[in-house]
Amino acid sequence: MINLINPSKIFKWIENSIKFINSIFFILLLIALTFALIFSPPDYLQGDSVRIMYVHVPSAWISLSTYSCIVFLSILTFIFKTKNLMLISKSIAPIGLLFTFLAIVTGALWGKPTWGVLWAWDARLTSMIILFVFYTLYIASIKFIKQEDKAHKISSIIAILGLINIPIIKYSVDWWNTLHQPQSIKFLEGTSTIHSSMMLPLMLMLLVLLLYCALIFLMKYKTEIIRIKKKNIKRL
Amino acid sequence: MLTKKVKRRVTFLSLLLLTFVISVFFILKSLTNNILYFKSPTDIKLSKEIRKNKKIRIGGMVKKNSLSINNEEIQFIVTDFKNEVIVIYSGTVPNLFLEGKGVVAEGVLKDKNFFVADRILAKHDEQYMPPELKGILNKDAK
Repeated sequence: MINLINPSKIFKWIENSIKFINSIFFILLLIALTFALIFSPPDYLQGDSVRIMYVHVPSAWISLSTYSCIVFLSILTFIFKTKNLMLISKSIAPIGLLFTFLAIVTGALWGKPTWGVLWAWDARLTSMIILFVFYTLYIASIKFIKQEDKAHKISSIIAILGLINIPIIKYSVDWWNTLHQPQSIKFLEGTSTIHSSMMLPLMLMLLVLLLYCALIFLMKYKTEIIRIKKKNIKRL
Repeated sequence: MLTKKVKRRVTFLSLLLLTFVISVFFILKSLTNNILYFKSPTDIKLSKEIRKNKKIRIGGMVKKNSLSINNEEIQFIVTDFKNEVIVIYSGTVPNLFLEGKGVVAEGVLKDKNFFVADRILAKHDEQYMPPELKGILNKDAK
């Protein structure tokens, strides 16, 4: 299994993928933005400010799913001491941090015209801040701990402890009274209270942002591989 | 296949996670009152004592046909469909503050049925739809 993700073998594959995503990314971005900003209808209650949703909701989903990925990889790293997996989660982390930040900022911008405040310390918003802190701690522990083995161990433990925050974020709006509205899309039951004309731009934006994640991840992963190779050459 | 070291790490990790989950669970359980962003009218009715002049938030739906606005103040009823609290407020309200929609009011309780707010927040629901559709739904409802 470890051979499959041997860095040197997939180097070529990464190069090609980056080129491919680059070629389609801007066209898809334009299409998604046109749907989100022009073709989709305003909300019956909120008017045009509902368009913030097309960035806010995918960002929040991505920030949660990248964190879950990091936790999964960290568990494997911690148990089997595989360095390649560590490289992957190291490359994912900044993306997650970026999208957590985006979700929080767009949420604040959306809160002002709808709720009347930029910020409220309700359960959903606070747990998102905690997620942001976990991302920061994770990245900082990789960056500032000099010994590699120790850095891997401590960062993995931090990531794994943050796992409990994920269900808390997800269900905070159901468990406690919050200012944040309950979830519109319930994946487990497959129901949604978002009208289909707004669902299409939402899914398009999700696709575009996922592509963006993939692009950044591949570029970051490539530089990590190059860095490792350089180190080995020096050692020889 | 699994070496002794791997097994030891698995045990360590599961024990660590288990203790952490349990402790977080109890922390959250004991902090419930602080985590709740607002109290519902029923919570207020059930609470044994009300501390006057202590700032709290109450939330629920603005009862239909209860909103009255005059020059100085806005008066409305917050309901959770079981109990109600009358709220008085003077100042500006968010755009989404409407009858039949969610609201969170910040202020002090005068007694169990009377609340003086100094800030009003709108709490909207999870439904998003185009305006035309809402018009059709309303017609159907009538």
